[in-house]
Amino acid sequence: MPGTLALYGRYASASVKSQLEYRASFLMHAAGNFLLSGIDFCTLWALFNRFGTIRGWTLAEVALLYGMVNLSFALAEALARGFGTFETLVRHGGFDRMLLRPRSTALQVAGQEVQLMRVGRFFQGGGVLLWAAASLDVRWTAAKVTLTAAAIIGGACLFAGLFVLQATLTFFTTSTLEIVNTVTYGGVETAQYPLSVYRPWFRGFFTFVVPLACVNYLPAHALLERNDPLGSPSWLRWAAPLAGVLFLTVALRIWELGVRHYRSTGS
Amino acid sequence: MTHSVWQQATFRPPYVLGVVWDKSHTHGGTRQPGLARADRLRCRPSGILWPMPPVVRVERLVKTFQIAERRPGFGGALAGLFRRRYRAVRAVDGISFDIDPGELVGYIGPNGAGKSTTVKVLSGILVPDSGICRVLGRVPWEERIATVAQLGVVFGQRTQLWWDLPVLESFDLLRDIYRVPRTAYESARDELIALLELAPLLDVPVRQLSLGQRMRCDLAASLLHAPRLLFLDEPTIGLDAVSKLAVRDFVRRLNRERGVTVILTTHDLDDIEALCNRVLVIGQGRILCDGSLAELRGRVTTQRCLTVDLEDAGAVVDCPGAVVVGRDGHRVHLRFDPVQVPAPEMISRFVSRHAVRDLFVENPPIEEIVARLFAQESARKP
Repeated sequence: MPGTLALYGRYASASVKSQLEYRASFLMHAAGNFLLSGIDFCTLWALFNRFGTIRGWTLAEVALLYGMVNLSFALAEALARGFGTFETLVRHGGFDRMLLRPRSTALQVAGQEVQLMRVGRFFQGGGVLLWAAASLDVRWTAAKVTLTAAAIIGGACLFAGLFVLQATLTFFTTSTLEIVNTVTYGGVETAQYPLSVYRPWFRGFFTFVVPLACVNYLPAHALLERNDPLGSPSWLRWAAPLAGVLFLTVALRIWELGVRHYRSTGS
Repeated sequence: MTHSVWQQATFRPPYVLGVVWDKSHTHGGTRQPGLARADRLRCRPSGILWPMPPVVRVERLVKTFQIAERRPGFGGALAGLFRRRYRAVRAVDGISFDIDPGELVGYIGPNGAGKSTTVKVLSGILVPDSGICRVLGRVPWEERIATVAQLGVVFGQRTQLWWDLPVLESFDLLRDIYRVPRTAYESARDELIALLELAPLLDVPVRQLSLGQRMRCDLAASLLHAPRLLFLDEPTIGLDAVSKLAVRDFVRRLNRERGVTVILTTHDLDDIEALCNRVLVIGQGRILCDGSLAELRGRVTTQRCLTVDLEDAGAVVDCPGAVVVGRDGHRVHLRFDPVQVPAPEMISRFVSRHAVRDLFVENPPIEEIVARLFAQESARKP
C-alpha cells in the first residue's frame, strides 16, 4: 500500500510536469476554472441578496455547504480525472498498454492524468469555505475541524467513485453515458443547497444511492449544531462521511468486474 | 556488487528439476502441423527429465470476438442503438506452438490474421475462449501482474514513454512501476544508454524525438527491468535504413549474447531474414507454417522479383528466364527463379540486353507468400 501511494505520487508528478511544459495553457485553464466556479457563487449570493434566507438557511450557512462540496469535487477532479477521459484511452489502445504493466489498472488510470488546473476551483471553494467559517457564529473545536476535513475527503472519494463508475460503463457501451455527468456535475449543483429544500425521492437518491448528503448536508448539521428537519440522528452526522469512502470501494470493485469483461471481450 | 541487465536477462530456469515433460498424452497422439518442429526438438521417451520447459507454450488456443453488425443507413444506425446483431469472428482458431528459451521467432501474417490477438493473450491482456497457454510457466490471464513483470513489449507505432517528459524521467518512472532495485536499475540503464547511444537524447522530451531515436529509447525502456521474454511489434516500421540496421543489430545481440527470447511481428521480410531462425506464419487465425525462412520460401515459391528502371520507356523487354509481371513507364517488374538462373547471372543477362538506369532484386512481399500459403492450405483440404 505505501508503495502504491508512492507510485501514484510519481505518476502525479510526471503528469504535472507534462502540463507545465505548456505553461500558458496551464495558467489560462487554471484562471478559467477559478472564474467559472466563481460565477456559481455569485448566483448564490444574488439569490440570497434578494430573498434573505431560504428555508431558514443564511448565505453563510449555505456557503459552508458550497465550499465543502466544491473542495471535494476539485480534489476528485484533480486526482481521478484519468477516469473521466477513460473513453479516449480505451479507443486509442492506451488501456492495453496499462494492462502490460505489473500494477493495478485503477492506479494507473487515476495517475495518468492529474489535473493541476483544477486548483482554480479548489482555491475558489477554499476561499468560500474560509469566509463561511469566519462569518458563522460557530465554535470551531478540533473535532469540528476534523469533521470538516473528513467530509471533504469523503466527498472527494464519492466523486472519484462516480468517475470510476463512468469509466466502467465504457467497458460495456461503446461510449461513456452522459447520464453520469448529470450526477457528477448535477450533484455538485445540488449539494450547494440544503437537502431539505428538495423533494423526497430526490433526497432519497442523493442519500442512499449516491450518498452525497452524507458528505455534505449531514456533517454540516453537526458543524452548525442545527436540528435536521429530516430527523437524522446526531451520531450519523459524525459518521456519515465514511459513506463516501464506502462508495469508492464499491465503485472500484465494479471497476474490477469491468476490466474482467474487457479482457474477455477485447472491445 | 555490480548488477547487469544482461546477467539478469540470461535465462535461468525457475523450474524444479524433475518435471516430466510428456507430450504424447496432451495431443492424444495426433501430430498437428504447427507442432512439427517443437516435437522434433523435445521428442524424448516418456519419463525422461527435461529441465528446460518452453518459454511460451500454446495449445489449441481459440479466441472469438463478437462484432456488432452495422446495418446500412441512418435507420440502421438508429435500430442498432436498441438491438444489435452480433457476428462471431474467430480471431485465433486453435493455434499451437512452443517457443524455447533463447529463440528469436518471427511471427508474421497479414493484417487481421490474429497476430496481435495472440500477443495480447500471451501478455495477459486478453482471456481466450479455450486452449492452454503458459508464458514463463504462468497462465498469463490468471497471473497478469506476475507475468508482465517478466515481459518486455515494444510497439513500433505507439510509444511506451511519456510524451511530454524527458527520456530519462520516463526511465525513472518505469523503474518505480517495475520495482527494479536501484543498483540493478542504474547499471541496466547505463548499459542500455551506451549500447543504443542514447546519451544525447536523455534530456529531450519524447515528443521531440525522431522516429528512429524514439524506437531506440523504447527498446531501452522495455529492457530496464531485464525481461526474459521480449515482444517486438513492428519495431522497424517507418524507420530509415540506418535506424533499421541499428535496431536489428541490437535485437540480434540481445538474443545471441544475452539469451533473451524474442518474438517479433513484422511486415518486413528483411527483418525476418536478418534476425529469425524460425518463422511462424498465421493466416485467418491458423498457423500455416512453422519452420525456417528458407523452408517457408521453399514451400511456397523460390521466385525473386527483379525491378528495373529502363533508359527507354518504350523498349520491348525480352530476357530468357524472366517473366514480365508488371510495367509502369520506365519501371518494369519481372519474376525469375534463382534455382534455374542465379541472381547475378540474371542481372548480367538483363543488363547485356537492355540499357538500364537502375535495378534491384527483392523477395516477394510477405502478403503474397502468405496468400499463396493460404491458397495451398485450402486446396489441400477441400
